[in-house]
Amino acid sequence: MNSLWRRLAALALAVLLGACSTPQGNVVLLPDADGKNTAVFVKQDGGELLLDKPYAAAQLTSAGPKPATSSAAQVQSQFGAALAARPLAPAQFTLYFIEGKDEFTDVSKREFDSVFAEIAKRPVPDVLVIGHTDSVGTDAFNDNLSRQRAEVVKRALVARGISAANIVTVGRGKREQLVATGDNVAEARNRRVEILVR
Amino acid sequence: MKPDAFRDPTPRAAALLLVLAAAALPAAAEIGQIKTSKGQVTVERAGQVLPGEVGLRLEAADTLKTGPDGAVGITMRDNALLSAGPNSILSLERFDFDATTSQGRFDAQLQRGTLAVVSGRIAKQSPQAMTVRTPSAQLGVRGTDFVVAAGE
Repeated sequence: MNSLWRRLAALALAVLLGACSTPQGNVVLLPDADGKNTAVFVKQDGGELLLDKPYAAAQLTSAGPKPATSSAAQVQSQFGAALAARPLAPAQFTLYFIEGKDEFTDVSKREFDSVFAEIAKRPVPDVLVIGHTDSVGTDAFNDNLSRQRAEVVKRALVARGISAANIVTVGRGKREQLVATGDNVAEARNRRVEILVR
Repeated sequence: MKPDAFRDPTPRAAALLLVLAAAALPAAAEIGQIKTSKGQVTVERAGQVLPGEVGLRLEAADTLKTGPDGAVGITMRDNALLSAGPNSILSLERFDFDATTSQGRFDAQLQRGTLAVVSGRIAKQSPQAMTVRTPSAQLGVRGTDFVVAAGE
């Protein structure tokens, strides 16, 4: 008799909780590598909540988001599989060239090894190589030189075993300067290729 | 581009346009790629079910599903990273991205399961431009790293 009453009371409480807020999931803001201006704005029919501190969390309910605090351990236990499946972060490199040529500078020859290492880490790398020049010479000359520079990088990667099908090259000539100069200025920092590895 | 290129399409200019068009074509359809895949993973595209293997190039409106032992990780063209745990359904509803300006729009929906997100260039460029929905909530992404679970 006593236990039946207790069971009925527990059921009533569960129904009551269910009526005012059914759990519908949760959201946790994680610490960001950059650590600046990170936030998630959570909006439901029942209300809104801004998460803007590491491990600030929201319980999603039918009555709107409820503020909560999570922890690294809780996140790992609930989201460990999703976090373990996260791809490697994209990496960006800039290599520099000798004036008027498609040859790396000595520093960039060494830097090329880190580019290769970053690509080799990935089972299906996706590589974008964008060639640029300084502003010495005509558009036609620089368009061609920027493409050659991108192609040199591609050939060097292919020679070390990266599949050509995974490398896209583009030449942008002297249009996109890293350091703004007038025309016909031999600016070493503009003689470059940008490499995006995903 | 200089007006000259339109008035006098030299063979070289024409060749350049062809090269640019060829480079742009696959990118127009492709919005991202599966980079990690574990256990049962499928991708639904226009009524077809494809195996969610590493290397598969994704398109807008694709829906990824993971089984009880499944997990999948994708890299989007704007460098956003999305990864889903077991028993998850994730739809890449809309993805527009201009690689030159970083302008675009990215809407994803987690119908079920768990999802980890690192936002990319779209959210960085414009804080209103990326949203992740669950059946009951809409998340506005302000350039960030977060996890979300849908259902209980």
